[in-house]
Amino acid sequence: MSKIHVTTKVNGDEVEFLCDPRETVLDVLRDHLNLTGAKEGCGTGDCGACSVTVDGRLVCSCLMLGAEAEGKEIATVEGIADGEELHPLQKKFIEYAALQCGICTPGILVAAKNLLEREPDPTEEQVRYWLAGNLCRCTGYDKIIRAVMDTAAEMREAS
Amino acid sequence: MKIHQPASFADASAIAAGASGITRYLAGGTDVLVQLRSDLVTPDDLIDVKKIEGVSDITKNQDGSWTIGVAVTGAEMTEHAELCQDWPGLVEAMDLIGSTQVQGRATLVGNLCNGSPAADSVPGQVAAGVSVTVIGPKGERTIKVEDMPTGPGRTVLEKGDIVTAVNVPARGDNAGDAYLRFIPRTEMDIAVVGCGVNLRLDGDTITEARVSLGAVAPTVLLVQEAADAIIGTTLGDEALDALAKAAEAACNPIDDKRGTIEFRVEVAGVLAKRAAKIAYARAKGEAV
Repeated sequence: MSKIHVTTKVNGDEVEFLCDPRETVLDVLRDHLNLTGAKEGCGTGDCGACSVTVDGRLVCSCLMLGAEAEGKEIATVEGIADGEELHPLQKKFIEYAALQCGICTPGILVAAKNLLEREPDPTEEQVRYWLAGNLCRCTGYDKIIRAVMDTAAEMREAS
Repeated sequence: MKIHQPASFADASAIAAGASGITRYLAGGTDVLVQLRSDLVTPDDLIDVKKIEGVSDITKNQDGSWTIGVAVTGAEMTEHAELCQDWPGLVEAMDLIGSTQVQGRATLVGNLCNGSPAADSVPGQVAAGVSVTVIGPKGERTIKVEDMPTGPGRTVLEKGDIVTAVNVPARGDNAGDAYLRFIPRTEMDIAVVGCGVNLRLDGDTITEARVSLGAVAPTVLLVQEAADAIIGTTLGDEALDALAKAAEAACNPIDDKRGTIEFRVEVAGVLAKRAAKIAYARAKGEAV
């Protein structure tokens, strides 16, 4: 089977890869680009552990083919921190202990960051609906929601 | 599997018409990729339509009608304030599908062509009177959405056919639409029953109506008897009861873990009443 050559941007860096037509963006990130932050939970778009943004739009990377990434800008959890300096969301997740096993956390961070970029002052209901596609089987969600709400408040004060 | 990225619908249609194996079109991929990854359907030819010009455009035409591109996502519809104002029921039906992530990719046409009787956007489209433009080996034709599905997972589309646009009628005055569905959870689930209502008023009296039901028959239904039950009325209790009765009578559902036959039939009547009230209020210009 012939491989497809794709040029795309990941976290601001131009990257090239060769992928099988059946490989997803998630496969490419993890197996070709060594970006293992995005996780495969279900592989069917239900759990959100593979969440990334593509041209600023939140998507499941398991439901997009690598070949579709040509010319796009992909952002993953690896791009959220600024070098050693964690993003406010990451700090709050640690402060609130908003994670246990951590499998869902990269997807939730990407999704929550995307929400706060669109809506700096979300209601709790908005946060819960926005993150409804990010399943967490450990925390019961409460700490996650509180961490996101508190981050939003802190970022509003800072800006 | 070979991926094609044609630059025109004519090319896409020609590739599909000339293919010898299994063919799938790829827009949002939220159904196609799930089927692909779970080895349910492995296309020999996968035709990505997103390189075709205009497929991501939402256009309001001069006569007030709308043309929605085949790759327009649910999120793009929800973010389009004027479309939401004209057709809130259609947009909320689309918006009920899946998560934020799925909304970032899923499309009206994908939802329609996947052929699920429980597809949320399809009753919304049927109630709104939406049609799709199709080109294929026999040329171009327009198909009403209610005529598309022929059974679970099946549509009237033939080899080489491809949907090129979604046509939403002009909203016009004193009119409103609404879609409601029942699911056991609050979010991220498949409809047990869905109901779309679209109506127009003259004063307080309903002059036009379309009522659709999802997940209660092998295909999404347009229920003329339910529309007739409220046309000519002011949606009083008697009309609402007649509407519910007509909706219930149209149901031919399955029994499954999501809901029994009895439950689906009863809920169809309840949702029809509630959706009609919302559509009526919207037609009156009340914010709902």
